[in-house]
Amino acid sequence: MRYLVYILKRLVSLIPVLLGISFIVFFLIRLIPGDPASTLLGVHATPQAIKELRDQLGLSKPLLGQYLTFLGHLLQGNLGYSYVYGSSVLGLITTSLPATIWLLVSGTVFTLLIAVPLAVVAAARRNGILDNIIRAVPVVGLGLPSFWLGIMLILAFGLKLGWFPVAGYGTTLADHLRGIVLPGITIALTLSPILIRSLRASMIDVLNSDYIVTARSKGISTARVVFGHALRNAAVSSVAVLGVNIAYLTGSTLVVERVFSLPGIGEQMISSILGRDFPTVQGVTLTFAIMVVIVNLLTDLTHAALDPRVKLS
Amino acid sequence: MSAVTTADPPASAAAGARRRRRRGRWNPPLISGLVLFGLIVACALCAPLLTSQDPIKQNLAQAFLAPGAPGHPLGTDSFGRDVLARMLYGARTDLQVGVLAVVSPFLIGSLIGLVAGWFGGWIDAVIGRVVDVVIAFPFLVLVIALVFAIGPGTTSIYVAITLVGWVAYCRIVRGQMLVAKEQEYAMAARASGLPTWRILLRHLLPNVVLQAVIFSMSDIVLTLLAIVTLGFLGLGVPPPTPDWGTMIQEGQQFILTKWYMSTIPGLAVVITGLALALIADGIVERANQ
Amino acid sequence: MTPPLLEVRDLHVDIPMPYGRLHAVRGVSLSVDIAESVGLVGESGSGKSLTLRALLGLLPRPARIVSGTILIDGEDVTGLSAKQLKRRLTDTMSMIFQDSLTALNPVMRVGDQIAEVPLRKLGKSRSEAKAIAVGLMREVGIADPERRYQLYPHELSGGMRQRICIAIALSTKPRLILADEPTTALDVTIQAQVLGVLRQLKQEEQVGLLLVSHDLAVVSQTCSRLYVMYAGKVVESGDLVDLVTAPRHPYTFSLLRSVPDPDKRVARLLTIDGRPPDLTDPVTGCSFAPRCPFAEDACREAEPELAPAGSARLSACRRVDTAQRWTAMVEQEVSQEAVSRQ
Repeated sequence: MRYLVYILKRLVSLIPVLLGISFIVFFLIRLIPGDPASTLLGVHATPQAIKELRDQLGLSKPLLGQYLTFLGHLLQGNLGYSYVYGSSVLGLITTSLPATIWLLVSGTVFTLLIAVPLAVVAAARRNGILDNIIRAVPVVGLGLPSFWLGIMLILAFGLKLGWFPVAGYGTTLADHLRGIVLPGITIALTLSPILIRSLRASMIDVLNSDYIVTARSKGISTARVVFGHALRNAAVSSVAVLGVNIAYLTGSTLVVERVFSLPGIGEQMISSILGRDFPTVQGVTLTFAIMVVIVNLLTDLTHAALDPRVKLS
Repeated sequence: MSAVTTADPPASAAAGARRRRRRGRWNPPLISGLVLFGLIVACALCAPLLTSQDPIKQNLAQAFLAPGAPGHPLGTDSFGRDVLARMLYGARTDLQVGVLAVVSPFLIGSLIGLVAGWFGGWIDAVIGRVVDVVIAFPFLVLVIALVFAIGPGTTSIYVAITLVGWVAYCRIVRGQMLVAKEQEYAMAARASGLPTWRILLRHLLPNVVLQAVIFSMSDIVLTLLAIVTLGFLGLGVPPPTPDWGTMIQEGQQFILTKWYMSTIPGLAVVITGLALALIADGIVERANQ
Repeated sequence: MTPPLLEVRDLHVDIPMPYGRLHAVRGVSLSVDIAESVGLVGESGSGKSLTLRALLGLLPRPARIVSGTILIDGEDVTGLSAKQLKRRLTDTMSMIFQDSLTALNPVMRVGDQIAEVPLRKLGKSRSEAKAIAVGLMREVGIADPERRYQLYPHELSGGMRQRICIAIALSTKPRLILADEPTTALDVTIQAQVLGVLRQLKQEEQVGLLLVSHDLAVVSQTCSRLYVMYAGKVVESGDLVDLVTAPRHPYTFSLLRSVPDPDKRVARLLTIDGRPPDLTDPVTGCSFAPRCPFAEDACREAEPELAPAGSARLSACRRVDTAQRWTAMVEQEVSQEAVSRQ
């Protein structure tokens, strides 16, 4: 019950952030230098077309009025119409969103599979050889461009070894699973270096804490100490650490989709930019921000569910 | 045990501590990072001395030469341009934009954070909300959207990265400020009746800015990555100006037969990132002494 | 004669440091009889906590036991396999710590932490384990145990948490409780209550107590025999009353006098300046000599060993007249001051 109230409160607290996000997305169009309508339509546009677009964008109205119209449309799920495809932006996004979610999930899973064991090993054998190697990883990996890493993985595992598809992720579930491995690993390999260091620090905190000494003093089995006491505390700190990097994780899907030609919203955004399809760019930018907000919310809720010290009221 | 900390260090231990302190000032990561980064910068600055080739001149008759070809140590690209020259001049572009694009977020963000942390109240609340909103966007997504809206070019990259990047510095400095303003030296400065701006800039800024400086080191790496990524996506420094990201992207189409076309500029990014990360690490270690 | 419940002989603990080895515990021997309360006192850094933790194999990294023998009921257990040793030690003894907030798992209900040993080690059913836990909570004086069973550590007060820690310690049915500064983090009233619980356990359950503290007042409320540690060694031991009324070692004397004294002037005179020696260096002579007002050349040459000093007393000081000399010194100072004020 208290948890439900907490969820509700957390949802309410999102409203100002969501309003702010919508304002920034709205404001993007005002940043276009000169007259947005003629810039958007290019040099060959007829004055007639420019006037129509001006009206459609509401550029002649005052700023606040324009924003309120934009917000009104947004609340009805109307993100405008694509200049390129002519279809609704919302439709375009809902078609491409599943690929991005697939990528996000596989990226998170691979990140956890890589970062958590390495952090645990490093923390448990502190200052050992393995720990020193693992501690060097973030330094080397920080400057690793994800798109380049993706290309290298395609070269090695897609083209040379032929284990995974080079581009796209097919239409069936099996295709999806096969196609999402390399992109997921690419994300994981660029995100893990950032995570490992803070995860290792929090694992050391957990393993050195007094309650682990208390548990050991009870004379229960080592497995019980690890799984009954260390693991849940480690999970609490892992979730917190991961939460800090959510936005980064979400942003990296954009580049990785491009490299692997995954039909997600990131790929949609790039092709819309190259096609100067402004409403779609706006819609995708908004979607990215909302995704970050939702993932952040889920992180907070998980954290609150795992850690009784989080104040629910 | 507390004995370790409370006991007077004997002569030998004092010498050890001195050794450790000296190692901390010029620690191995810092030295190797500075040397590596210095080499890269030297290569970029001395580009005209290191190659006589023009990085922009096309020569389609000489396209796709493999590394080691006469006159083209790293080969040529699909337009017949010399890869070594493009690498060296690309370093100029990417390093210049990468370093400069960190300066204004650092200054603006630190200043806003200083103000938010010092005044608190509604000013802090408003700034906090704005930070929340900007942080909700993935860094790269908002930078790309802004570059798209403002129009292509180096200036819009600076503007876009500043508009998004200041929040990190704002958060760091604000957090430090909340601690610092309760310290006795801050109280003393306030009690002395100095003007607010003087207390802020003279007494508090030097104490709160260290964490921001440390962060700016790894931020240069992330900014460099962002610029290279923009180039890869075709949204970066406009062609034909050489840039590593664009080179990786051009090479991707020929990856199966000409794997080195993407690999060489990619390695350059990794090595530059490594140099900067080592410097960042060294500074952290030095600050922890 | 029955052998003591626990006997430790010549325990050495080292901590490897970047600049050498720290000999934190240097040959400590002590014993606790069945249902006896023994105090281990000394200032922080004297090695008392490490001694206590070494007894349960809970030394913090990278500290380790170099040598030493542990006997339980007169039987040497140091030769047992690591697994058997751990079992033997944890079956006999359990431990409570100074900071009850960090000593309890923050994400586990306190009741479940007490019920863990009956459930996981003693093979009880879930409901039996819970009943045992509730019983233990009642035993350590927690009112409304059924409700408090469900709470998390951060939802309880410091005194309540320390009672939970005692209940956890009791859940293994120990014959001896090792307590590391159990009341230092508590205010005086709560401190008295928690010590009361420990005293009561000794009387009703025949549970012995080995109490580590820097605070002689706490120890004298609870224990009948004392070991005084300084710089990794026991420097004096004996019955509480003997030791307090006639300390033999100047360090014990200074500890006794560092109990807050209403006469500030005298208290100031009796405070000993300086710090314990750094134990990474080999100790030559008496480790207390640099701070001792009565040290002579002989004290600085060879480190004195513990030697019998009266009935059931041991002292590592060569002199026998510490108390008299000190009292004389203080009286002289006080009278001089009185003269100068006139």
